[in-house]
Amino acid sequence: MNSDSYPCPLPGGVQAHEYALSFDHGRRLRMLVVPALFDEANKLRHLTVEVMRRLDGAGIDCFLPDLPGTNESLRDLSAVELEDWRMAVEAAARHFAATHVLAIRGGGLLLPPGLPGWLHAPVKGASLLRTLLRARILASREAGVEETGEALLEHGMKHGLDLAGFTLSGEMIRQLHEAQTADDACLTSIEQDLVGGRPLWLRAEPDHDPAQADALAAIVTMGCKA
Amino acid sequence: MRSDTDRKLRRILSDVLGLTDDQVEDLTPDTGLFGHLPELDSMAVAGLFTEMEDRLGIAIDDDEIDADLLETYGALLAFAEAKREAA
Repeated sequence: MNSDSYPCPLPGGVQAHEYALSFDHGRRLRMLVVPALFDEANKLRHLTVEVMRRLDGAGIDCFLPDLPGTNESLRDLSAVELEDWRMAVEAAARHFAATHVLAIRGGGLLLPPGLPGWLHAPVKGASLLRTLLRARILASREAGVEETGEALLEHGMKHGLDLAGFTLSGEMIRQLHEAQTADDACLTSIEQDLVGGRPLWLRAEPDHDPAQADALAAIVTMGCKA
Repeated sequence: MRSDTDRKLRRILSDVLGLTDDQVEDLTPDTGLFGHLPELDSMAVAGLFTEMEDRLGIAIDDDEIDADLLETYGALLAFAEAKREAA
């Protein structure tokens, strides 16, 4: 496993370098792994990297790019749009010469067209947003402040919002609200029932389940080598 | 014989709380939920209600979510069953 980076386009035509975790041995099969979003990224990071270790063991190179404004990125998340994440994923796919893609949960909202691969437990942007808004309403209520989802969403689309510790721009919220999982014939969904175990993104604390990493890696490896 | 809602709600709770199959079976109407599990934050509670909406095919208003609803398993189940009947 190595620390790597990829050139990521910035508004105005310049480029930044974003970090990526890579298992790169110049092999024929090269998997771009697109992480889950927001709090789910933290809860699924361990599982995601363990799947990559197994893919590496099965002879598949794999790459996990940081999205601008997340993880090691120096970008200010509050100035980032969902469209920036899509451009970053496309840039990473090009830079690492990906032959396949594996998107985890909300990562499926960011895929470039044409790459074959898998969507693990894909979710609509509106559903992610609904949970984030609800968490904010519950936290505010505990602090004695009453807020409503509708008013928050309307305000957030215009002015941005702090949701569950993430400062999101109005554009990010607007685009997330509309975002649908990539609907491409070359993509296959892997629902949680097929993987087995319990969905780790729902848990209050990050956890890991080696059996789920085994199952996901096996499904993807068989598909790649079929 | 458990209702469909009861079975699904047990599964959702086990997913969110990371309960074992035995712990899920042991849930009774009087089993305390969130008041007894202080490590659950607002994000986990929000996720629970979104899962309930998706898997039970119901819509939940944010102002319906209050502490009484989460006091016991029985209270949450009664809420879910009423919601499904009205749907």
